[in-house]
Amino acid sequence: MKQEKRNQAYNQYVEARIPKTKPWPSLFNSFWVGGLICVLGQGIDELILYIFPYMSQQSAWTWTLIVLIFLASFLTGIGVYDKIGKFAGGGSIVPITGFSNSIASPAIEFKHEGIIYGTCVKMFSIAGPVIVVGVVASIVVGLVYYFVGLI
Amino acid sequence: MQQTIEFRNRPKIIGSYSIVGPKEGAGTFGEYFDYVMKNDLFGEETYEKAERKMFEQAVTGAISKAGLTTAKINLMLAGDLLNQIISSSFTARDFSLPYLGMFGACSTMAETLAIGSVLINGGHFDNLVCATGSHFSTAERQFRFPLELGNQRVPTSQWTVTAAGASVLSLEGKGPQITMATFGKVVDFGIIDVNNMGAAMAPSAAETIFTHFNETGRKPTDYDLIVTGDLGKLGAEILVDLLEDKGIKLGPNYSDCGHSYFTRKQDTMCGASGCGVSASVLNSYIVKKLNKGEIKRVLFIPTGALMSTTASQQGESIPGVSHAIVLEADEKKSTKAKTIKISPPKKE
Repeated sequence: MKQEKRNQAYNQYVEARIPKTKPWPSLFNSFWVGGLICVLGQGIDELILYIFPYMSQQSAWTWTLIVLIFLASFLTGIGVYDKIGKFAGGGSIVPITGFSNSIASPAIEFKHEGIIYGTCVKMFSIAGPVIVVGVVASIVVGLVYYFVGLI
Repeated sequence: MQQTIEFRNRPKIIGSYSIVGPKEGAGTFGEYFDYVMKNDLFGEETYEKAERKMFEQAVTGAISKAGLTTAKINLMLAGDLLNQIISSSFTARDFSLPYLGMFGACSTMAETLAIGSVLINGGHFDNLVCATGSHFSTAERQFRFPLELGNQRVPTSQWTVTAAGASVLSLEGKGPQITMATFGKVVDFGIIDVNNMGAAMAPSAAETIFTHFNETGRKPTDYDLIVTGDLGKLGAEILVDLLEDKGIKLGPNYSDCGHSYFTRKQDTMCGASGCGVSASVLNSYIVKKLNKGEIKRVLFIPTGALMSTTASQQGESIPGVSHAIVLEADEKKSTKAKTIKISPPKKE
């Protein structure tokens, strides 16, 4: 009991001493980098529609995502994306490029442990939870949609 | 319970070697290191192999600087941060040396030196080698995230160094003497944040330093340098506060290897961490300063965070351990040095 109190007091003391990050500069950086990635996506979309005028908007969107995912994986491979991430934080994590980076980086890192036990197993070590949550959420939404439709 | 022991025969560090990565070489202690690698892979396929090669070079370097050959070494005491301490044991395999693997996280340098001094002081071995090291990239992948992941580091985080150091202990030869060791208890003040190792380890350092002064009757001013391992900026500040509460005031002769390892520009948040921090600073800067006689007596307290990723994910707090050793410049004149009487510890 005495120990718990001591630990609690110590944790409070440490909390007060921790250097704080300045929120505004980091928010600003993540805002403009994140925005830039979105502008880039829009640009790619328009470019695809310009080159292939008969393509539907739906497929153009899909191709845009594929291009963005490729670009982010490529930048991860040549060691650039982690520098962007260090600067922009959430701005480069939240867009789909961040998702691509989170799959490509462990895949590269663990290639020495072999294709199956290294790359394949570790590839989803960071993005895995996001995929699980996404799939579960879509099941729930699908069920709701189905039952609402019945009424 | 007596935690401090004195070595009457005064084992000496007769050979020491430090090897670091390029970023570390560009840091504060750059000019003191024996060897700076050109890149982190060190010509190997994997970072684990690079760490091992670094380890091997540290051990051979220390042995040859002592003027000995591997055949003259009776025992190797070593440890590192990787699971099952593979860097140490694989190095011992390649040298075919009798080997004791030790794990004290980042306090390993003091742990091996203290046990080594006991064995040398007792006359059981003629020469033995103590070594430890760490590698940024192997530690990151074991404890944190892949290198290429675009995430940000929190302000309390520390940078695991790519560095290794080795010392050869013997009674014969020249070099700084190890005169005392204080073995530390495992102390846990309930810090859970794995990105705040300094705060997790500071209480153990405070406990060991307090015990050392209490049992020896010495004061901080009796040392030219009091140096902790890798508490970092925040941890070192906390340590000063914790000791002040216990009535010990650390002066300007106190410093932390981790806090001063990198320059401000190198942007490592709270400083350096890893076994390599204290190992490389001891086997370069501290030993060289003692040999030159610029400093006479050093209290060296590497600090270790005994964390495991499994325990942390299960919500356990991070225990710390710190061992202290006293190093003194080898002065022929003062061989009849007054032996300090170790008083029984006062009750808290």
